[in-house]
Amino acid sequence: MSDTPETPRTPPANLPAANSPNQPDLSEVAGGPRAVWGQPSRQLDDWLAIEPGGTITVYSGKVELGTGVRTALAQIVAEELDVSLARIRMVMGETGRTPNEGYTAGSKTIETGGMTLRRAAATARQVLLEMAAAELGVTPDALTVEDGVITAPDQPGMRVTYAGLMAGGRFECLISDTAPLKRPEQYHLVGTAAPRFDLPAKFTGQPAFVHDLRLPGMLHARMVRPPRLGTTLVSLDEGSVRDAGVVRLGNFVAVVARQEVAAIRAARDLRVTWSEEPTLPPMETLYESLRHEPTTDRVVTASGDADAALQRAATQLTGTYTIPFQAHASIGPSCAVASFDDETVTVWCSTQGVYPLRGALADLLQMPEEQVRVIHMEGAGGYGHNGTDDVAADAAILARELRQSVRVQWSRADEFDGEPKAPAMVIALRGGLDGQGAISGWTFEGWSPSHGNRPRQAGDLIAGRLMGVAEPPPRQFLLGGDRNAPTDYALPDQRVTLHWLAREPLRFSSMRSLGAFGNTFANESFMDELAAAAGADPLAFRLRYLDDPRARAVVEAAAHRAGWDEPLPDGVGRGLAFARYENTEAYVATVAEVAVDTATGAVRVLRLVVAHDCGQIINPDGVRNQIEGNAIQSLSRALKEEVRFTPQGITSLDWDTYPILTFSEIPEIVVELLDRPDQPPLGAGEPATVTTAPAVANAIYAASGARLRAIPFTPARVKAALEAR
Amino acid sequence: MAITITVNGKRHEVAASPDTPLLYVLRNELGLSAPLYGCGLEQCGACKVLRGAEAVTTCMLPVGETDGAQITTLEGLVEDGELHPVQQAFLDEQAAQCAYCSNGMIVTIAALLWHTPHPTDEQIRTALNDNLCRCGSHARILRAVRRAEVLMWGDEEEEASNE
Repeated sequence: MSDTPETPRTPPANLPAANSPNQPDLSEVAGGPRAVWGQPSRQLDDWLAIEPGGTITVYSGKVELGTGVRTALAQIVAEELDVSLARIRMVMGETGRTPNEGYTAGSKTIETGGMTLRRAAATARQVLLEMAAAELGVTPDALTVEDGVITAPDQPGMRVTYAGLMAGGRFECLISDTAPLKRPEQYHLVGTAAPRFDLPAKFTGQPAFVHDLRLPGMLHARMVRPPRLGTTLVSLDEGSVRDAGVVRLGNFVAVVARQEVAAIRAARDLRVTWSEEPTLPPMETLYESLRHEPTTDRVVTASGDADAALQRAATQLTGTYTIPFQAHASIGPSCAVASFDDETVTVWCSTQGVYPLRGALADLLQMPEEQVRVIHMEGAGGYGHNGTDDVAADAAILARELRQSVRVQWSRADEFDGEPKAPAMVIALRGGLDGQGAISGWTFEGWSPSHGNRPRQAGDLIAGRLMGVAEPPPRQFLLGGDRNAPTDYALPDQRVTLHWLAREPLRFSSMRSLGAFGNTFANESFMDELAAAAGADPLAFRLRYLDDPRARAVVEAAAHRAGWDEPLPDGVGRGLAFARYENTEAYVATVAEVAVDTATGAVRVLRLVVAHDCGQIINPDGVRNQIEGNAIQSLSRALKEEVRFTPQGITSLDWDTYPILTFSEIPEIVVELLDRPDQPPLGAGEPATVTTAPAVANAIYAASGARLRAIPFTPARVKAALEAR
Repeated sequence: MAITITVNGKRHEVAASPDTPLLYVLRNELGLSAPLYGCGLEQCGACKVLRGAEAVTTCMLPVGETDGAQITTLEGLVEDGELHPVQQAFLDEQAAQCAYCSNGMIVTIAALLWHTPHPTDEQIRTALNDNLCRCGSHARILRAVRRAEVLMWGDEEEEASNE
């Protein structure tokens, strides 16, 4: 859900960006927009087909990740074509069959894929109306459409259908950018809470996930992994397992059996030893060591003279914030099925990008891309680049080696160990206040690697590394570490700098909102620290620096809905945070209500109020569902989540060692949607992830005076912060 | 002696060895899809089924210990094409995102509402605490419990006011 290209964006007028990594020459950088968004065809027939029975088949290069986009995209097409939702059949994410739309990521499915489909459907409607007009001998504007049936109200009895007009034929034209689109006031499907197509099967136990795919004669495999990438196989005793075969390719080791339980037992029993080197650096000094690594330094944005403004400030504040490695922690460990027929490897998996993965698999298999097929099937929610691409590679290698269909199911420990993590980050802020309590100077320094490591070549995949392919050099394309590093506030004298790290101790890649999770935590906590130092109300203090009416509207809506000025009992506090996602996308404000037990340091979040403006809303219930999910998942990340490791490897390998939020800890979630039907739709898959942690940290401060600058806010950290008051 | 289990009303003789976890018998021998592998450690609840009227995890439960048991899976909650009230409530509330956890959630709630027709909020949360959801659908799931309660037993307050 999280890989977006650094789209060249215009900085706010008052902030001339100096040497901004937001504006690289994308044509020079491998993995620019082409890799991220693909180069989809403009041929209308590649996007939709009118079947003889009246069904509309829609081909989307996007995939369903559990967010409901299968239904939302269908709503968009059905709306423009004036057909019922029941007529739409979605075909999504299959190489050679659907358009190449790169990744389903960055909350861009509706914004990009959806808008292409809207144009495609509008083009189809225009062509069909012209055909109907010719057939009926009227002008197109004399026609009306209802569920694919075209009539001329002035000519009773005259009717043709989409299916009849097409007669199984093709459009043979390009998608038009000028075909008329419906106006929002004409919508009857877009903007409604259409129930999701996929849920009835999932609520009754029908096969729905890649985990449920069974091919005839399929073998079951389990992986046997080294404790750390880079360690090598010292010994392997094939005689230590029964009823299972062992596949070994360098350090790539799998056990394969007809019966799944036999593979599970063999993976447990296989006697195998690995080299002791290399080891991981100690976790205790992680943040300190990140700040001393070599970096590529870029000024993200700068205006005025931050240093001079800080020097003349009456008060100066500093705050250093840390974000640990975190796991996507899908509830279903990654699974893939692969087959080998006619010199073609076919892989069914829940990747976020079937075409980019095909390229990486072709490199791994040393086969031409035409002989590799990748077909998306749903997995458990992924929230970014988790283990699904790696398990697809495992299955592809095994199917080719064994020349048979193979199902690979990662264990819970395989998933926690193998999935690329959200990288650790450090952010140091400095700000000044003048004698009137106004901000005088603001500097942001962030340490982060690029968050974009989705596989493009064999060495990006665990299987490739284990088979001896060298680790590729760090990506030149710097992604995500600077996301929301600039605030959305009008600060006259400021400088935002990113120290881009080349490496971190654990393998990392994209996780929901990328660096915006950590950067917004830092910025919005620090705004609160400045407000407190200025003796100002945190709400009023923020509004002083917000010019954009849509920004002010979400902040005011959240505060109003939360009863910002209403008194609270002792030990309970309210905290506010605001961001415009990516500084250019949806607006979100969160108010957290939190109780702090000063004896134990335990934090209980009572309520989260989220106000959200993502432009035009396609499916309000789908958007609410995303916002609720973002709020709860990011609360879990804020309160509990940290991937732990020792020199011997990752030790967060199950739900006891990587606990997430449970039902007893779920607060009341209140969602306030600000619909803007006249504005373009903006993604809703990530924005509400970024404001939770700072809202909770600010609420903890309001409740107890303890300032939390390190995620997660464990009771031990809260106690330490209470003692430091 | 072969192990015999009754699943969704049908008796099956199990070919697997007695120490095989029930999950793999249900999925691979009986071809069911509802109980899902999530952790293999009895920590997440994705693999739950009803054993009698109890929701149990199946990823570590040896099939030999379920000899003679009556097992109902999510598939078996549908009767004559009609959804179980908890399934209907999940649809009404659209109580999922990826829905990988839905199986465990639904069977756990079905058992809860059978034993405790009108649970307190705390009883609901306690019953669901060992069912993990990563997408953050908890608020919807909690609403679905209340809706299912009404579908199953009627509205307690309404009944009281009618008396």
